Amino acid sequence: MTAVVDYDAGNIRSVLHALDRAGAGDVVLSADPEVLTRADRVILPGVGDASVALRSLQASGLDSVILSLKQPVLGICVGMQLLCRHTDEGDVDTLGVFGTDVHRFVPAPGLKVPHMGWNAIEGLRGPLFKGIPEESAVYFVHSFYAGVCPDTVASCSHGTPFSAALAKDNFFGTQFHPEKSGAAGAAILKNFLAL
Amino acid sequence: MVCKRIIPCLDVKDGRTVKGVNFVGLRDVGDAVELGARYAAEGADELVYLDISATREGRNTFTSLVEQISARIDIPFTVGGGIASLEDAARLLEAGADKISINSAAIRRPELIDEIAGHFGNQFVVVAIDARRIDGRWMATTHGGTRPTDFELFSWAREAQERGAGEILFTSMDNDGTKAGYPCETFRELSSQLSIPIIASGGAGSIEHIAQVLTEGCADAALAASIFHYGEISIKELKQALHDRGINVRLI
Repeated sequence: MTAVVDYDAGNIRSVLHALDRAGAGDVVLSADPEVLTRADRVILPGVGDASVALRSLQASGLDSVILSLKQPVLGICVGMQLLCRHTDEGDVDTLGVFGTDVHRFVPAPGLKVPHMGWNAIEGLRGPLFKGIPEESAVYFVHSFYAGVCPDTVASCSHGTPFSAALAKDNFFGTQFHPEKSGAAGAAILKNFLAL
Repeated sequence: MVCKRIIPCLDVKDGRTVKGVNFVGLRDVGDAVELGARYAAEGADELVYLDISATREGRNTFTSLVEQISARIDIPFTVGGGIASLEDAARLLEAGADKISINSAAIRRPELIDEIAGHFGNQFVVVAIDARRIDGRWMATTHGGTRPTDFELFSWAREAQERGAGEILFTSMDNDGTKAGYPCETFRELSSQLSIPIIASGGAGSIEHIAQVLTEGCADAALAASIFHYGEISIKELKQALHDRGINVRLI
């Protein structure tokens, strides 16, 4: 069973649909610590303001539940940023799984913010990217980014290099939206489901 | 480098796509989900569904259509048409839309941009501006370009950005339907004044026009309807041609 963390995280429906298309089978949307702990794998979605999302997780005690999980966990977009150490969005300390911090993109001539659209990812490694060709294009929409660090398993660039995906132990994160990234995104989700 | 995006726009009335489509092998050209899936498979980077229903029943049908689109389509899609309140936006988010596009409702009440962006994030809000040149100035219009407003294009686009728009969809009503190309100078100026992405619409008649607005016009994305619907240019062919011109697009 795959559990998707149910909190104030915006468009969760598209994640549920993508899991369904990827053949995830039994998927539950839940904020129940027992259900999350029992799940074979857990997805932490998220769009919008990271500091608001963090407060929402903290208010329900889900922050410590997520940190205690031993099964594969995938944070998507803001969900990934919440697994980093700190974010400049609201200047808050986040869960601290991945050894990197989250900063805001600075707009410049020819550099639009949010970073919105398809971009190629490179330096792909680890089980999430098994069978995924280098330079595959995936869909991003974000104004904040996680810096590159030893946990980076895919990188991208928008004025500055940043982590397109992170992995440490049983925790994974993608800055892009695999649920909106066509065939490449579906293959990445399937890789996660196979963990 | 983020890729330049190609976005087909589908008009939907009472749950069915309108405008003639002559796709080979498509059983039902009025089926908005099938048509969207077809475009996605051809390499469309996003889709825009515009509800042109005039009735409440039509609107309700559209919401359930959005649910079906969300279940089937694996690329981002924007929905627009008749969104006038935070509740309308919330209903479409809940149905699975990735973004909503607001136009005349934002002109009537600009605070609507702040409200929707404040609740659902800037990335969720596309502000569409239909403008035409009136006495040498680009002025926003409503009702399909027939009613001019007091909103000047550049200042209104900047205000929309300040209020929380994540993108601007600018249609030149002087060029829309002409197939004579985009006003690239205007797009270039708009791009230089904004830090958010710009989607160009209105006037595409050829691959060259789209290439121009993405390069000289500095647009981040190009939206078109009829050239795709009538099969004049396939998305696959367009993207290959843009790639051959050195424009960074996603090829599939």
